[in-house]
Amino acid sequence: MIIVMIESLRAAMANILANRLRSFLTTLGILIGTAAVVAVVALMQGFAQSISAQFADLGGGSLKVEALNTRENRLSGDYRYLKDSDLDLLRYRVEGVGHVAPIMAAPLGTASHRAETATPFVLGITAEYQMIERRFTRLGRFLVPADNDTRRRVVVIGDKVREDLKLPDNPVGSYIQLGREWFKVVGVMESRGEVFGFNQDNYALIPFETARALTGNKAKVDFEINFTISQLDEVEAVKARVTRALRINHNLKFDEEDDFEIQSPDQIAKTFEKITSMGTLVLGGIVGISLLVGGIGIMTVMLVSVTERTREIGILKALGATRRDILVQFLIEAGLLSLIGGLIGIAIGYGLGHGVAALIPNFPPASVPLWASLGAAAFCAVVGVVFGIMPASKAANLDPIEALRYE
Amino acid sequence: MSRALIELSGIVKRYRMGDTEFEALRGVDLQIQRNEYVALVGPSGSGKSTLMNLLGCLDTPTTGRYTLNNRDIGTLRDDELAAIRNQEIGFVFQSFHLLPRMTVLGNVAQPLVYRGIPLKERERQAAESLRRVGLGDKLQHRPNQLSGGQRQRVAVARALVGNPSLLLADEPTGNLDSRTSEEIMALFDALHQDGQTVVLVTHEPDIAAHCQRTVRVNDGRIVFDSAAQATVSEVAA
Ligand SMILES: Nc1ncnc2c1ncn2[C@@H]1O[C@H](COP(=O)(O)OP(=O)(O)O)[C@@H](O)[C@H]1O
Ligand SMILES: [Mg+2]
Repeated sequence: MIIVMIESLRAAMANILANRLRSFLTTLGILIGTAAVVAVVALMQGFAQSISAQFADLGGGSLKVEALNTRENRLSGDYRYLKDSDLDLLRYRVEGVGHVAPIMAAPLGTASHRAETATPFVLGITAEYQMIERRFTRLGRFLVPADNDTRRRVVVIGDKVREDLKLPDNPVGSYIQLGREWFKVVGVMESRGEVFGFNQDNYALIPFETARALTGNKAKVDFEINFTISQLDEVEAVKARVTRALRINHNLKFDEEDDFEIQSPDQIAKTFEKITSMGTLVLGGIVGISLLVGGIGIMTVMLVSVTERTREIGILKALGATRRDILVQFLIEAGLLSLIGGLIGIAIGYGLGHGVAALIPNFPPASVPLWASLGAAAFCAVVGVVFGIMPASKAANLDPIEALRYE
Repeated sequence: MSRALIELSGIVKRYRMGDTEFEALRGVDLQIQRNEYVALVGPSGSGKSTLMNLLGCLDTPTTGRYTLNNRDIGTLRDDELAAIRNQEIGFVFQSFHLLPRMTVLGNVAQPLVYRGIPLKERERQAAESLRRVGLGDKLQHRPNQLSGGQRQRVAVARALVGNPSLLLADEPTGNLDSRTSEEIMALFDALHQDGQTVVLVTHEPDIAAHCQRTVRVNDGRIVFDSAAQATVSEVAA
C-alpha cells in the first residue's frame, strides 16, 4: 500500500506538472480562498494586537458609570443623565471605591493659536482624572481642585495639540482659544504615541466645572463617572454596592431597570471578544464558501480528467490495480492539487496581509502564526481529498474492459 | 497437482444491450495445459476477444466454471481478480496499451507497483524483462518515440515482468506489418521454448502456424480444436 501511495504521489506530481496551466486553473478557487483567508487572519491578528495594546493603555482597574439610554427613550427625548449627587455618593458613601472622577465631553469647537488650528477632543475633568487614567504631565502641572472650584480657564494639552498649534516646545503660559474662549496652557501631557492608527495625544483637558459652565445646559450635563477600586479583588462586590447606592439615589422602584450602566475593563474586553468572535464567524463563512467553490472546481476538473484518462485506468486495472489502488491514486492527486493551491494561496495571502498592513499607517506588522498556515494547508489537502472522492470512485469503479475500449 | 492450467466448462457470456441480450459465448469447454502454445482463430465477432478477456480475468462469465491454476475464478472478489491479473497473467493487446506519459522502463515496471516492490527492484526487474525482448537500450524512451513493433515488445516485456503462468495476446500482430509480425512471433516462439504458456488470438494462418495447437471459434462456440482432432484421429487410427 505504501508503495502504491508513493507511486501515486509521483504520478500525481508528474500529471500536475504535465498540465501546469490546467492544474493551476483547477486549484485557483482554493488558491484565492486561502489567500483571502490568510490575508484577513493576518489583518485580524493585527487588530487584536493593537486593541489589546489599547486596553493595556486604558489604565487597568478603573470602572465607568454612564447613563443608560435605550433607543426608545432616546427617540422620545426623555434622555437620561447621571446626577451631580451621584458623584459625591460614590466619593463618600460607597465602601471600596477609590478615586472618583467625572468626565464630560466639552465640544467647544476648534482650538486655535494665532493662525494655527487643531481639533482636539476636549474633556472636562477634575484633578482625580490623573490618578484614575494614570496619565501624567510632561511639562507644567495637571489641573488642581482649585481650577475646578473657581472655574478657571486653564487647559492641559496633549502633544499633538501643541504640534498642531505650533506652540513653543514649552508652551506653559501660552494662551490658546477653544472655540471663542481663551485658555491658559498650564501643562502638557506625556506623549502616548499612536495606537492602531489613531493619535493618542490629540486631546485637551479643562476643569469639569469650566466645561459645564461653557457648554450651556447647566442643569443636565451628560457626564460619566470613572472610579477606581481600592481592592482589586472586590470588583464585583463594589459594583453591587455602587449599583444599590445609585438605584436609591435615582429613586428607582424595585421593578424598574437600572437607568445607568457600570462598565469594567473586562466587560469592554468581553464586548471586544464578541466582536472578534463575530469576525471569526464571518471569516469561517468566507472560508467555508471559498473552499466549497474551490473544492467544486477540483471535483469538476477531476471528473473531466477521469473521463479523459479512462483508457489509462483500464490499462492499470488490466495490470492488476485494485479499486483501492485507483481510488488512492486519484485521491492523492486531488489532495495534492489543492494542497499546492493552498500553499500558493498562503504565500500570496501572507504577502497581501503584509502589504495592506504596511499601507495603513501605524498598523502593527501582521503575523500569521505558523500553526495557522500549516492548519490551512492541511485543511486544503482535506478539502481536495473530500471533493476528490466522487471522481476517484468513478475512476475506481470503471469496468476494465470498457475502459480499455474507450477512445 | 496435475490438472490443466486452464479449465473452462460450460462457459456462457451474455451481453445485455438495452432490452436485448446477446450471447457472445454459448457454452465453451476448453482445457489448456502448462507450456502449451495455442492460437485462437475465427471470424471477426465470433467471440475470441470475449474468451480472452475471461481467460485474463478482465471479465467474468455469465455462467460456467473457470479454473486457473487450480483456483476457481468464479468465487473471487474484485480485488482478488486484480491480484490474479497482476500475478498470474500477462496480457498483450492489439493496440499495445502503453501509458504514454511514462518511460518504457516505467511502463514495464508498473505491474510490480501493485505487488508492493520498491522502486530500485522494480526497475531492475523491468530492465531485465526489456533486455529479454531486445529493448535493453531503450529504457528511458517514451512510447511515442518507438516503432509499432518496438511498442509491442515493450508490451510483451510488461506482460512478462511478473513471471505470469499465462501469457495472453489478443491479435498482437494486428497493428503490425508482416515483417514486424514475424519478429514478434519469433519472440513468442522463444518464450514458449523457455516454458511459457502462450494463448494468442489471430486471423492470420501464418501467425497461427507458429502455434502447436489451433482452436477455432465460431459464433460463440469452439468448432475445431487441433488437439481434440489429434485425439480423434488417434482413436480412429
Ligand atoms: N461489451 C459488449 N457489449 C455488447 N456486445 C458485445 C460486447 N463485447 C463484445 N460484444 C459482442 O460480442 C461478439 C463477440 O465479440 P468479440 O469477442 O470482440 O469478437 P472477436 O474478438 O472474435 O472479433 C460481437 O458480436 C460483439 O459485438
Ligand atoms: Mg477481437
